[in-house]
Amino acid sequence: MTSRRTFLQSSAAAAAALATSAWPARAENAPGITDTEIKFGQTEAYSGPASAYGVIGKTEAAYFKMINEMGGVNGRKINFISLDDAYSPPKTVEQTRRLVEQEQVAFIFNGLGTAPNVAVRDYLNQTKIPQLFVATGAATFGDPQHFPWTMGYQPNYQTESKIFGKHILASKPDAKVAILFQNDGFGKDYLAGVKEGLGADHAGMVVKEVSYENGEPTVDSQIVTLQGSGADVFVIAATPKYAAQAIRKSYDVGWNAVRYLTDVSVSIAAVLKPAGLDKAKGLITAAYAKDATDAIWKDDPGLKAFADFIGKYGTANDLRDTNAAYGFNAAILMVEVLKRCGNDLSRENIMRQAANIKDLELPMLLPGVKINTSADNFYPIRSMQLAQFDGENWKNFGDLITA
Amino acid sequence: MVSLTNLGWLLIAVIALALPVFASGYHLYQFSQVLIYAIALLGLNLLTGFNGQISLGHGAFFAIGGYGTAILITKFGVPYWAAIPISSLVCFGAGFLFGFPALRLGGLYLALATFALAVAAPQILSYKGFDNFTGGSQGLQMPKPHAPFGIPLNVDQWIYVVCLICAAALFLVAINLVNGRVGRALIAIRDHPIAAETMGVNAALYKTTCFGVSALFAGVAGGLSAVAVGFVSPDSFGLVLSLSFLVGIVVGGLASISGMIFGALFIEFVPNYADQLSVYFGEGAKALPGAIYGLLLILIMAVAPSGVAGVIRAAVRRLLDAARS
Repeated sequence: MTSRRTFLQSSAAAAAALATSAWPARAENAPGITDTEIKFGQTEAYSGPASAYGVIGKTEAAYFKMINEMGGVNGRKINFISLDDAYSPPKTVEQTRRLVEQEQVAFIFNGLGTAPNVAVRDYLNQTKIPQLFVATGAATFGDPQHFPWTMGYQPNYQTESKIFGKHILASKPDAKVAILFQNDGFGKDYLAGVKEGLGADHAGMVVKEVSYENGEPTVDSQIVTLQGSGADVFVIAATPKYAAQAIRKSYDVGWNAVRYLTDVSVSIAAVLKPAGLDKAKGLITAAYAKDATDAIWKDDPGLKAFADFIGKYGTANDLRDTNAAYGFNAAILMVEVLKRCGNDLSRENIMRQAANIKDLELPMLLPGVKINTSADNFYPIRSMQLAQFDGENWKNFGDLITA
Repeated sequence: MVSLTNLGWLLIAVIALALPVFASGYHLYQFSQVLIYAIALLGLNLLTGFNGQISLGHGAFFAIGGYGTAILITKFGVPYWAAIPISSLVCFGAGFLFGFPALRLGGLYLALATFALAVAAPQILSYKGFDNFTGGSQGLQMPKPHAPFGIPLNVDQWIYVVCLICAAALFLVAINLVNGRVGRALIAIRDHPIAAETMGVNAALYKTTCFGVSALFAGVAGGLSAVAVGFVSPDSFGLVLSLSFLVGIVVGGLASISGMIFGALFIEFVPNYADQLSVYFGEGAKALPGAIYGLLLILIMAVAPSGVAGVIRAAVRRLLDAARS
């Protein structure tokens, strides 16, 4: 059935080429591409435990709708199919196959989650279908040697923690570092990154590393153990609930350390308020995107573009949701790649253009954070800026650091 | 009536055998999932529907089967056709052992204890001590099997055929179990444990063995799932999986064998339809698939409280009555 369809398609293309008697010397356009349409898809968690991320897919769909209303990309309208996989890898495989085999999409864009994306990576690479800008911070998605059709998007956990390591080394060369980390891929990526940032010569600076299991009621005893090591720098690689406990407890026991907090847990409402805003003062984190709730961006043109877009196509809540800003940035990047493809919308060229971006700025990225990709760099965002919590807001400081 | 039942099975068999000829790779993947779910539901229904022991934790046994198969294939080079039976036997052991504490826990208390299994499974699977085997939160990938002996089937068709063979065999086993002495004993224990023991039924042995067999079914399903998907991770075996098994047996029909096929069709396809339907509620309504799924579930329970199997049974009876009068 599939072969018959592709046969029909290719013979139609051949007929069209004969008619215009100009056979261009390039690869054929991908399935899903017609003279009037670019069809691509995504799997997203609209139901299930990770459904809070569904806002990303909704925002992207809304952005592509806006682009279509403005005339599309090089005269073609975007047909974006975003399917629910409930964050379950078997469902991701099913929905991805539906996108590829039934809907015949050109490529997959910004699918959500580490495990779901790993589950379909082999399939997409074997069938040579671009798996662009996957929505996860796992370091495994920037490996063009083994997976030339898979590209990451946001800074991975190791990039961020390497930046912490470098900053510790620069600002406190004789620091004694203690690390609290969640015992999973995220926490372990983090631990490895901090050590890499410090460098092999300074591995001894980490005096204590203690883990916790997701599901434990509290990390209080871990904090006491870490304090007992005599460390004067404390790195918190914890998810929101545990990060809040760690921030409060480390303050309450009078541990006077410089505290670094993963950007997974920077939410003021969900983490810092429950911990106590005064107890969170002085925390250092690294960011790559603008926080729409931060007053310093009030007159920023990037934020205005975001707010205008949300005003027309979103809800008031989206304006405060970092996931909406995330989807907004990613969708703009995707449209830019498609624009650069011009009239050559073969899968090869889409991949080539995605891997050939120089210093592209996006409205909701921090000033100076730029998208850069190349044939051997599939991590589009590699620089971040440190920020310190002043008791009310995160204040960016220092230069951009690139890991 | 008996011939009608057989006719029904014949119809199902014809459809199942014809599928690989007509369906595309994507649809075969879906129907492989249906068969896998049907096996797991069958196992759970033996335990819950026939024996009256509620389990909210069959996702955990499904996970043991899946991970067992994946670990045997990737770390020990065992072929899939040997890995699935081995890991299902492990599941039988695990289920049998879990059956002992279950003896002391009745009704809702057992539901809670098994619920704990389902909650714990994903976290145990990502525990760092087992990383070398389980691959941690990144999971394990394995290549998909090709048809042996030069059988002219592609990978999707072959996986479907393997699932179909396993499902057919296990359905036969279940039918024979339920229709014989064992089935009567299981049902007697469910309906009236004291009377059953008075009649000489060894309730403890039957209940623990039933738990083991039920877990074995779930283990086969989990192993097939690992092979069909080509990937396992803690996210593949979340709490929702265990709950959807319970949904499947209730929708299909408690204490029904054929109903499990419909239960499996429900948990495979209805979430997809819910996702598609949610488009009709406007652009911003992608949050709705869960709500629509819930609504459909309530509707089905209101219209067909005894599940799809009950509806079919009633319809057939009405037809026969009409034919007679």
